[in-house]
Amino acid sequence: MDFQSCVNIQKEWDIVGARQLGRDKAKELGFGTVDQARIATAISELARNIYLYAGTGKICFETINDMNHKGLCVIASDNGPGIQDISLVMEDGYTTSGGLGAGLPGVKRLMDQFDIISEPGKGTEIRTVKWVR
Amino acid sequence: MDNELKRLVIENSDAIVKNWLKEVSQKRTKEYTSTISEGLFESTNREFVNVIFTSVDKQGITKELDDFSERLVNLGWPLSYLTDGIQTFRRVTIDFILSQSEKVDSEHLAIVLDMVDNWVDPIINQLVNEYSGSWEHTVSLQRVALQELSAPLIPVMDNITIMPLIGTIDTERAKLIMENLLEGVIKHNAEVVLIDITGVPVVDTMVAHHIIQAAEAVRLIGSRCILVGIRPEIAQTIVNLGIDLSKFPTKSSLRKGFQSALELTNRNIVHSKTKDEDIEILLDSLNKG
Repeated sequence: MDFQSCVNIQKEWDIVGARQLGRDKAKELGFGTVDQARIATAISELARNIYLYAGTGKICFETINDMNHKGLCVIASDNGPGIQDISLVMEDGYTTSGGLGAGLPGVKRLMDQFDIISEPGKGTEIRTVKWVR
Repeated sequence: MDNELKRLVIENSDAIVKNWLKEVSQKRTKEYTSTISEGLFESTNREFVNVIFTSVDKQGITKELDDFSERLVNLGWPLSYLTDGIQTFRRVTIDFILSQSEKVDSEHLAIVLDMVDNWVDPIINQLVNEYSGSWEHTVSLQRVALQELSAPLIPVMDNITIMPLIGTIDTERAKLIMENLLEGVIKHNAEVVLIDITGVPVVDTMVAHHIIQAAEAVRLIGSRCILVGIRPEIAQTIVNLGIDLSKFPTKSSLRKGFQSALELTNRNIVHSKTKDEDIEILLDSLNKG
């Protein structure tokens, strides 16, 4: 992991800024257009979750460039209310905001790795990685 | 004390102006105003320094300052030119006053600094306000212009209407899309509405949710909705997200969508014969005869 850059999420339009930066980074790393769209969509979901549930937070990007594999790590972190039951939010169709309830399980399917740490009252951190194939 | 210093500055304005012009011109070479012609730059500098002196003389915001800042805003001069200019003025003036004073102790220095600040600060405030006001005005105009572009509805033929969407969809725009769509369907008496998302860069669950809701609402008022312009990568992300779009027909391009809209309204495209073809048929029949 060589360097990290972050986008603060405070307004709805910051979501657009975050996914624009993510798409640029994905393009630099040599992802194809389909994977670029997947990464941009995943960032959009994560950033929107921050905006909707935590209010403020940030999306950070790390480029992973090891000997044998390259990838983009997207980290969404906030100090919001946290998630009570993680297995519940990872179920398709579960929503508290009247949306489609496909956000987090969708992100898991869009990306290659997905880790979530959440503590009620303290905040949530989601780390996802997409590898260049 | 105040008036004394003021008189000193005003009386020696020539010397201060000379120093100021020298410093500002030196800065110029390496900075922003390099595209502005020499003559214009010099005349603006002179006017600027005169404006500063009139405001110092009259103690406050003058009409000259208003006119001057308004003109610079309209011409698009960078704000940094003005703030740099004023800061240079502050420095030059303080230097000058101190060089003329016989005794320089901390008390005297504090008085001088305080006074020059009192002259200069209102001018800076006025200029910054003028500039930010003009920017805010521009931003609000652009917001209105964007809103007008955000959800257009085009009645292409009887009963068929198209809504092309370009750019990011946020909550506010989604609301507008829904309203315009339903209003337009009633107004143009549309049987089929095509929503074209070719220009939408990312379709996430929020965007999909709004499109599904809009299509459902269109169905409720008795029309049909076709979602067109789904690019291959968007199709894959929609599948990955697990979004169910099976409630209404979808097509890859506007062209295919338009064709099925014609079928839905019991019409099809017929190529009419050209004049040349008519003549050829006539000649053929003559030859046969």
